[in-house]
Amino acid sequence: MSAQSAKNADLTTVIGLEVHVQLETDTKIFCGCPTEPTDEPNTQTCPVCLGLPGALPVLNEAAVEAAVKVGKAIDADIPEETRFHRKNYFYPDLPKNFQITQYDEPVCADGELEISVGGERRTVGIRRAHLEEDPGSLQHVGGNIDNADYTLVNYNRAGTPLMEIVTKPDFREPEETRAFLEKLEEVLEYLGVFDASRDGSLRIDANLSLVPSDEVDDDGSIGTDVLDSANRTEVKNISSHKGAETALQYEEGRQKDLMRRGKAVEQETRHFNETHGSTVSMRSKEEEKDYRYFEEADLPPLQVSHWKDEISIPELPDARRERFQDEYGLSDEAASKLTSTKQVADFYEDVASEYDADLAATWVADELLGELNYRDMAVTDVEGRLDEVKRLVELVAADDITAKNAKEVVLRGMLDDGDAPDDIVEREDLGKTDADAVAAAVAEAIEENPDAVADYEDGDDGAINFLVGQVMGKTGGSADPGTVNQKLRAALDE
Amino acid sequence: MSDDAATAEDVRHVADLARVDLDDDEVDDFAEQFADILEYFDALDDVPTVDTDADLVNVMRPDEEHDCLDREDALGNAEGTEDGYFKGPNVS
Repeated sequence: MSAQSAKNADLTTVIGLEVHVQLETDTKIFCGCPTEPTDEPNTQTCPVCLGLPGALPVLNEAAVEAAVKVGKAIDADIPEETRFHRKNYFYPDLPKNFQITQYDEPVCADGELEISVGGERRTVGIRRAHLEEDPGSLQHVGGNIDNADYTLVNYNRAGTPLMEIVTKPDFREPEETRAFLEKLEEVLEYLGVFDASRDGSLRIDANLSLVPSDEVDDDGSIGTDVLDSANRTEVKNISSHKGAETALQYEEGRQKDLMRRGKAVEQETRHFNETHGSTVSMRSKEEEKDYRYFEEADLPPLQVSHWKDEISIPELPDARRERFQDEYGLSDEAASKLTSTKQVADFYEDVASEYDADLAATWVADELLGELNYRDMAVTDVEGRLDEVKRLVELVAADDITAKNAKEVVLRGMLDDGDAPDDIVEREDLGKTDADAVAAAVAEAIEENPDAVADYEDGDDGAINFLVGQVMGKTGGSADPGTVNQKLRAALDE
Repeated sequence: MSDDAATAEDVRHVADLARVDLDDDEVDDFAEQFADILEYFDALDDVPTVDTDADLVNVMRPDEEHDCLDREDALGNAEGTEDGYFKGPNVS
């Protein structure tokens, strides 16, 4: 039974991703023009990236190094020899009429990436990862892509190094793709080859098809013949993790609906409309053979398999997470949060090296990340102020201010108003009341409330809370309730 | 003539991809020319294949910036420009 006629059978969703990531190099992949974004169009071009006659591409070593790092991180093979091909098509985003890319001999093959979905760890196979150049950018003026008056072209981006990472069809739920993309970005950022905050640095094409569930093997694998007989759609124009999940959920629903009504799913390319969260059919005229792939004779082959041994990569998130659990005694959840980006992990280790590891974990993973998240901010937004956060932890560690005030007044004030922690402490008079004042308030409270004291002495433990409240009132809330409680008991139990 | 000589349909398909409008006469002309060109390549069938190692491998450059073209020069050959952009007809 083919997937197309499976309207009554249970269906399993099969998804594969092609992820384009921009590699962080100073210059373009085949010429020395800078990759740094600029608002001035066509100021970062040269004969190579403009495709002028006679210009010759020369490969950027840093792009190859980045590719080898990615290969190591995803445990891929770096073949003895790899080479570039020309992919020919007619569209003005590439002035040469072809894109230099890799075809049947990519720089990385057969890798994998471990992800965590709903608390379960899963391995996603990576079929290949290859280097290619980014096209330029087009603006359709006076309308949309179909009815614009004319087109403006900017080649500043043309030639920016990209890596295309192609997964095996290993995803079974749209949610899993989000987990994968988050993990992939995390790894790439750890490697220092990718900057997620850069506009357009991540672009995704996703393939989705439905196969009858009884064709899925017990180990979750699906035969090639089954996959080939199912019509799949390729969704283009996805630019975020959330977008991938939304586009695939829509596509899954659309295909199931068609099948339920006994209609066939057409094998086609679809365009994701982020605003509407839907996909629409996109007329794709080129077939594989129309690209007339052939070897790029201007670029000699690469033999860089030995670079895998020569280039080192930093400790990756999974390894670091495990080390944090062992070394700092953190829970899996806390360790995962703290290793989510390299910057957070580095900051945590910095704080934990000077203060208690648990206190550091609470302050970095819960308080700081929590407050940032609430404000839709990331650690990168407070990059220059991490010293201030560290100072705040110091104030808490030294017991100079209460944890409650530190979080609710100081941290929030720092993030909302941009003030320094010590200024807030002074302005709000948050310095903990000194021991003498607390002792005096305790004595007064006992003196003024004989009934409560009597209740406590008769075994009514709740009466202590009333007395704590009295002391807190006398000290203007700056005393630590735990300390007050202890002091009261000590005085009463004498 | 080779077995897979270009047909009028091939020419229309390629012209469509290249966004070139051809009338029927032009299609026939190009079909003939395509066929001729493909025939030249038949000569390659007679050339023995040899397996040689590439003379050069790993030709790379350091990740260093060079000077870019002045925008005026970059746009110099363009028929249409606007505000520093290359300007052309709408392409879908």
